[in-house]
Amino acid sequence: MKFDRAAGQNPIDQLHVVGHPLDRIDGRFKTTGTAPYAYERHDVVPHQAYGYIIGSAVAKGRVTRMDVARAKAAPGVLAIVTTLDMPALKNGPRNTAKLFGGPEISHYHQATAIVVAETFEQARAAAVQIETDYGHDESQFDLKQAQHGARSVPAADGSRADRVGDFEKAFSASATRLDETYTTPDQTHAMMEPHATLAAWEGEKLTLWTSNQMIAWNRRDIATTLGLSEDNVRVDSPYIGGGFGGKLFLRSDAVLAALGAKAAGRPVKVALTRPFIMNNTTHRSATIQRIRIGTDRDGRIMAIAHESTSGNLPHGRPEAAIDQTKLLYAGPNRLTAMRLAVLDLPEGNAMRAPGEASGLMALEIAMDEMAERLRMDPVRFRILNDTQVDPEKPGRPFSQRHLVECLEHGAEKFGWSHRKARPASVREGEWLIGMGVAAGFRNNLLTKSAARVRLDSQGIVTVETDMTDIGTGTYTILAQTAAEMMGVSIDQVRVILGDSDFPVSAGSGGQWGANNSAAGVYAACVKLRESVAEKMGLPPAEAQFSGGNIHAGNSIFPLGQAAHEGELVAEDAIEYADVDKRYQQSTFASHFVEVGVNGFTGEVRIRRMLAVCSAGRILNPKTARNQVIGAMTMGAGAALMEELAVDTGRGFFVNHDLAGYEVPVHADIPHQEAIFLDEVDPLSSPMKAKGVGELGLCGVAAAIANAVYNATAVRIRDYPVTLDKHLAHLPRMS
Amino acid sequence: MPPSMTLIFSRRAVLAGSAAIGVFPDPSPANARTEESPTQSLDVTFEVNGRTHTLHLDPRTTLLDALREHLLLAGTKKGCDHGQCGACTVIVDGRRINSCLSLAVMHEGDRITTIEGLGDPDHLHPMQAAFIQHDGYQCGYCTPGQICSAVAVLDEIRSGIPSHVTKDLLAPMEHSGLEMRERMSGNICRCGAYSNIAEAMAEVAGAQP
Repeated sequence: MKFDRAAGQNPIDQLHVVGHPLDRIDGRFKTTGTAPYAYERHDVVPHQAYGYIIGSAVAKGRVTRMDVARAKAAPGVLAIVTTLDMPALKNGPRNTAKLFGGPEISHYHQATAIVVAETFEQARAAAVQIETDYGHDESQFDLKQAQHGARSVPAADGSRADRVGDFEKAFSASATRLDETYTTPDQTHAMMEPHATLAAWEGEKLTLWTSNQMIAWNRRDIATTLGLSEDNVRVDSPYIGGGFGGKLFLRSDAVLAALGAKAAGRPVKVALTRPFIMNNTTHRSATIQRIRIGTDRDGRIMAIAHESTSGNLPHGRPEAAIDQTKLLYAGPNRLTAMRLAVLDLPEGNAMRAPGEASGLMALEIAMDEMAERLRMDPVRFRILNDTQVDPEKPGRPFSQRHLVECLEHGAEKFGWSHRKARPASVREGEWLIGMGVAAGFRNNLLTKSAARVRLDSQGIVTVETDMTDIGTGTYTILAQTAAEMMGVSIDQVRVILGDSDFPVSAGSGGQWGANNSAAGVYAACVKLRESVAEKMGLPPAEAQFSGGNIHAGNSIFPLGQAAHEGELVAEDAIEYADVDKRYQQSTFASHFVEVGVNGFTGEVRIRRMLAVCSAGRILNPKTARNQVIGAMTMGAGAALMEELAVDTGRGFFVNHDLAGYEVPVHADIPHQEAIFLDEVDPLSSPMKAKGVGELGLCGVAAAIANAVYNATAVRIRDYPVTLDKHLAHLPRMS
Repeated sequence: MPPSMTLIFSRRAVLAGSAAIGVFPDPSPANARTEESPTQSLDVTFEVNGRTHTLHLDPRTTLLDALREHLLLAGTKKGCDHGQCGACTVIVDGRRINSCLSLAVMHEGDRITTIEGLGDPDHLHPMQAAFIQHDGYQCGYCTPGQICSAVAVLDEIRSGIPSHVTKDLLAPMEHSGLEMRERMSGNICRCGAYSNIAEAMAEVAGAQP
């Protein structure tokens, strides 16, 4: 199905099932421990052996010798594969760091060997008996130093920066100016389920039961890496214990499970150990961001510049922290630019809302600072500088843009009028109280997505697609979509996901999953409706589907009757023409936060959080709300605690486990509120929905940082906002 | 739950037979780890979800791996294997523990309850039902640990066991949001469903004053 213009009225608009806050259909499995994750597939293949992966103890150089004799002789060992056993394996297009093979080491904990044994305990004990010698190379691990040698990332036209108007001239002529630099640290996904894969060979055919967000990428990349035909690879990933971008790509667990299984002649399962994950896999790169804003006397932005520097391995990509600044606020003179330094740290790559999450952490503090310089309310300052068109291409409107409504509604709900503009002016006992606001912004991406739907004689509809549910609620919203389209209740729908034997979907990433994969199911259901109508001899254009029946005129039949002679199967994809070129498609939010800062200890406690989101039709308010509050929680981590500490001498992330890398826990998070504006976006897809999963993160950290400033009068531009950074400057408490 | 090493070494359990003798109906015998390991193995007998099991184990096997890999009760999750995340929480003799930090052979004679012992998809425990109703999860991986912890937390509060945030040790203890959040803080949910989990717990706590 081609989507090339605004969606008209369609069966989804009935909202009998879609749009309702239904419980997840997979909930009773997840809550009883009966949903099978990758490492737990005892059911799929017998004689599974255990793999244990070890990694490089140096960050840059080469492996000069590996002695596996003792490890091989250890009890229970079936096979050992080392990186010296083969040349460097070819990467798929989305990986930067090599996953395995060859002597060259480009980052700490790059995988160097897998030991396969009868038991986990034996594999682990043998693995530490491998002796490895290394040669070291010159290297650079410190972004602050490396930024001076960073190269420009070419803008769209190949120049060093994207420009509109004359930024420098307009900035110097501005009545009020801000020129500040902000930093964000390296962050790690820290999803609860470690990367894990069970691999089994049948001749040349490889099956991976794994934990991956993007099944088709995974299948293609393992085929590339191991030199297989894609036809000989099956990937199955029905349950994924969190990803946040960390499981978008093929990782070493899958590669080494496959190599280990080949060597051992047995199915092999491997999970990356928790202390291995943070340096072996990918992370969100640290940034240094310079923001300049100039306004006229009324507070209108005349000039805005956002420049960001990040680091990555050679051939890696930058953290695109400038992206939102191209689109979020008006202003006739603009400059955005990125620079990329070469760092020999682990690979920087996508983490939830790549680009915007980091960019808004800086931009939305800058907006708060600017409002203060203008003596203007920060909500009003943002509303004043709203734009309804792409500021770089004013002929290109947004498909929908309700940022102003988000801000106004949020301000009213939150009691923003009670905020004192003068910082450090509200106290409750030993607590300094502050409120902060930030805008949230994240694009809505359209991408092809296919599905197959089956109808059996009992009237049961089965949805099959390689789409994944990483906690987002995909099972449930796809069931709702099929139920709405076929006129059945949700318990008449089965959804099977994550299998590469099924049609290729959008996958889970970039908050594109819900809208696109549901639209793919919509497209397949349109075809199934036609087959059902034809089978029953009813005119497809007049056929109605409701109450488990198909009816037209005076004829009515139970849906299952169409499948009495055999199951009906339909398959289709949603494919997009250029609607997203003609219209900028984005999602918007306002975030409001109240914090208390202990005046004696500097401890920050979040007291209240509210998000108001504008994201098209909300397919399931219960699961969508959870996406938003979960993202707000991750934003609390980004604001107050999350930071991979870089050992700039040895070149690795030091705090590489869940005790050292702190993420929010129950006690850190108050009751959270998330409100969705009641809207549909007919330009997004037939579902008229957009993404929410990343929007909820965008801007949260800055709202918290702004609230802390409002409480303390100490401005911190260096995330995370930990108490050591403001303790010495807090107002006197006595 | 005190680990009775004398019991373990009494070889009492060995008399029961070679390995994995329990009454557990093994869904996939081919995968149960019953092989005789070259490492010296030990026998341990404990009760899991009301059934007695005798296992012949490598002494390095954690309680977590004994459950997941030997008894094929994979509902208990391995998130970190270092006692940092809480995904492996189970209830042993009425108190919750991180099963990854405990060797299986230390549990001779213990009564262990895992997520599978609280309820199944057709017979949910009230806490499991409340998690579904309040959407107290996303990816589901920390969920069994959260639920086991939540059930044990309500019991701790009922039993008057104080926490870091308990202000008055002599007053009757309340199922306050503060108490529950504090006590649940060893169970990380990276998806960030804390606010919903708190509501699920409050509902169950209200039902059992």
